[in-house]
Amino acid sequence: MKKIEDFILPSIREMPPSGIRKYFDMINEMQDVISLGVGEPDFVTPWNICEAGIFSLEKGQTSYSSNAGFIELRRAISDYLNRRFEMKYDAENEILVTVGGSEAIDIALRAIVGKGDEVIIPEPSFVAYTGCTLMTGATPVPIPLQEKNSFKLTVEELEAAFTPNTKLIILGFPNNPTGAIMTREELAPIANFLKDKDVIVISDEIYAELTYSGKHASITSFPEMRDKTIMVSGFSKAFAMTGWRIGYVCANPILTDAMKKIHQYALMCSPTISQKAAIEAMNNGQLEVKKMTREYNRRRRLMIDGFRKAGLTCFEPLGAFYVFANVSGTGLTSEEFCDRLLIEHKVLMIPGEAFGESGRGFARATYATSYENIIEACKRIKNFTDSLRRG
Amino acid sequence: MNEILELLEKNSRITTEQMAVMLEMSETELKATIAKFEEDGIILGYNTTINWDLTDKEVVTALIEVKVTPQRGEGFDRVAERIYRFEEVHDCYLMSGGFDLTVIVEGKTMKEVALFVAEKLAPLESVVSTGTHFVLKKYKDKGIVFEKTAKEVKEGLFL
Repeated sequence: MKKIEDFILPSIREMPPSGIRKYFDMINEMQDVISLGVGEPDFVTPWNICEAGIFSLEKGQTSYSSNAGFIELRRAISDYLNRRFEMKYDAENEILVTVGGSEAIDIALRAIVGKGDEVIIPEPSFVAYTGCTLMTGATPVPIPLQEKNSFKLTVEELEAAFTPNTKLIILGFPNNPTGAIMTREELAPIANFLKDKDVIVISDEIYAELTYSGKHASITSFPEMRDKTIMVSGFSKAFAMTGWRIGYVCANPILTDAMKKIHQYALMCSPTISQKAAIEAMNNGQLEVKKMTREYNRRRRLMIDGFRKAGLTCFEPLGAFYVFANVSGTGLTSEEFCDRLLIEHKVLMIPGEAFGESGRGFARATYATSYENIIEACKRIKNFTDSLRRG
Repeated sequence: MNEILELLEKNSRITTEQMAVMLEMSETELKATIAKFEEDGIILGYNTTINWDLTDKEVVTALIEVKVTPQRGEGFDRVAERIYRFEEVHDCYLMSGGFDLTVIVEGKTMKEVALFVAEKLAPLESVVSTGTHFVLKKYKDKGIVFEKTAKEVKEGLFL
């Protein structure tokens, strides 16, 4: 007889990241831990957005929407993208409302790749890129990004990873976990290299609003890349709407249609209450986003300063809400560092290797938490690094 | 510059060292700016928001709508001053609409506040009428919500 676990697909059984689960289990048992671990805004969704959700319930809008999402929302997304980032997507056939950016990544991958295909993933990166790629049967091909390049992707690195089997590339900038961004000038050689290759790009731009230097740049702004790029975004990060599970994907009509097929079977449509709230977010959320972004920026500076004073070198992250600190100077591995920081000093950071091998030697901290937490956490980290230096 | 004020308005205990880092300016420059704000009367004080209900101190707060007769040459300012000078008066605003001044009064007991209105406020020559409303519960004050929501332990992986 087979044991129950033998029924689980090997690819699922072996799926990363299992190593860091222990931290989340540990902090549930501990008192007074400052968690810099979860990549989630500490803000509550702005009230006007919540109110729109509540109002939709009061009006009894509780049935399915069309598979692609309410047209009113798709129009609002289209207007927003045009207004904020000068992106032009047709609400009728180029935008699909998804259950968070995560679903968008999943259906984009499932629509494009399968066994035998290679997916280039610059790392360290959001864990779902590799996870979802493995579920399609395709092979993830990581590019280890370098701290000396501020964790930006260079065309040389991309060229070296490129093979005849490469079918897809995932770009995630502003980046989780490094906080790296890529400017239009830095994207230009990448776009130039890719424009005549048979390849599709997934550009995960969920942190686009959280760019602290200059303007967010998208690979879709290069005309030759626009139709071969699937642009993924959502409401979770910028609008503090993680629990609403709502995002969207934009691409040319053929790609959108393919993704819609998967979406309609797996999910039918995104939660309608969230869609109604999202319309309010698109139309009247910008002021709150601006306030939150300014607040993140101040916290960002505070955390970098605190980390540097604690003797951790960190390059300056200019996007998202993470600091990716180099902990190799402490003489500990990133896992030892995070283990001891949590057990001895009650601060949770995530070892960089959770986001890919090239993250080894680093640890991620999120500054989506209060000043008080950041200041106290930095104090504890400094106590820790001081104690390490004393030996 | 408004960013400095916004930060201080939210948390006046924030140190100039921390603030300088957050705003990417030198601490000396920041200190000078704050000193100038104080000098110009832009920053008037540094308060703490306290939920007295959780202490053993008895406090009652009343919002009093006051109708007054403005005085020739001085408008409402002179009357307002006669009112806000009382120790018991916490806040005093000139209003548009159905009455002229909102006067927020604090006292130990309802009786104490009522006596203040009856003996000090109402008899003032330019006061035409008063309407006293006692505060039963404070939900939010100066942007701070009084009741803390409990934090939930999340199980799972959110990266």
